[in-house]
Amino acid sequence: MTAPLPHPLASADPLVLYGETFASRLLLGTSRYPSPQVLENAVKHSNPGMITVSLRRQGTSTTEAHSGFWDLLKQMAVPVLPNTAGCHSPKEVIAIAQMAREVFETSWIKLELIGDDYTLQPDTLRLVTTAETLIKDGFKVLPYCTEDLILCQRLVDIGCQAVMPWAAPIGTGQGPLNPYALKLLRDRLKVPLLIDAGLGLPSHACSVMEWGFDGVLLNTAIALADDPVAMAKAFAMAVDAGRTAYLSGTMKAQQSAQASTPLVGTPFWHQS
Amino acid sequence: MRLIVNQIEREVPVNSSIDDVLQLIDAKPPYAVAINYEFVPKIKHAEAILQEGDEIEVIAPVTGG
Repeated sequence: MTAPLPHPLASADPLVLYGETFASRLLLGTSRYPSPQVLENAVKHSNPGMITVSLRRQGTSTTEAHSGFWDLLKQMAVPVLPNTAGCHSPKEVIAIAQMAREVFETSWIKLELIGDDYTLQPDTLRLVTTAETLIKDGFKVLPYCTEDLILCQRLVDIGCQAVMPWAAPIGTGQGPLNPYALKLLRDRLKVPLLIDAGLGLPSHACSVMEWGFDGVLLNTAIALADDPVAMAKAFAMAVDAGRTAYLSGTMKAQQSAQASTPLVGTPFWHQS
Repeated sequence: MRLIVNQIEREVPVNSSIDDVLQLIDAKPPYAVAINYEFVPKIKHAEAILQEGDEIEVIAPVTGG
């Protein structure tokens, strides 16, 4: 058993979603790691609040390759967040969510409804009604969405108690492509906002946390690093740094220079 | 009768249940089942009788992002 390490900020400033408290503001994906052992160590050293999981057809090469994953999940003992990755219709989403609820024994669901295979952009026109159906069925829905203000507002209106806009397309690592819209979202919406997808560097995570986002969900930036365990630690520290900075209140940027060192008493200075 | 199980065509006796199909494909828990895009909870696997042409999905946990 490799239980996650204690988290220094967790008790003072926990992430609260749907009334539940989580140990960390970092949510971690479990895919694409070099080995299950590396995944386990990355989880251990980054102490995520939740880890994302998925479902695929039994008997395929994918599930055969993941035959030990169930035991590893039990061993890691971190709350799981099942996703509906790969679903292209509300009907698929709802069936997968219900199957996930039975298999993982959780009502949490990361709602992914893909509208475009090239960008993996969510189907924003059907996302809200799908989320509403899931909420009425008792799910705690964390919707993966774009940074569109009205879309996010509608998701909140129908009962989503948190929203997860992308920073950039999944797996691109480009970082926040539309800081203006993301900051506007933070300003306008009062529910927890988590950045899901598109982060590539710890500095990206730190930035969005400095802007007041409540957490980040990422996978590829850690899993594809040369040293995923070290990168997991770096992201965990960046999330904490950004959150602490946000709570500390940042200075306002100035147009002109302002000396830090006192001017009065400067040697060799003469009033002209 | 003919069924599609995880996209593979299978011949099963008439009046087969979900449990019969799970046994046929040697399904190993944990798994969950949907028929024609409708989730069927575990408690109904023994009684749910399949029909000709039904599409059955049997899924298992994997990593995810």
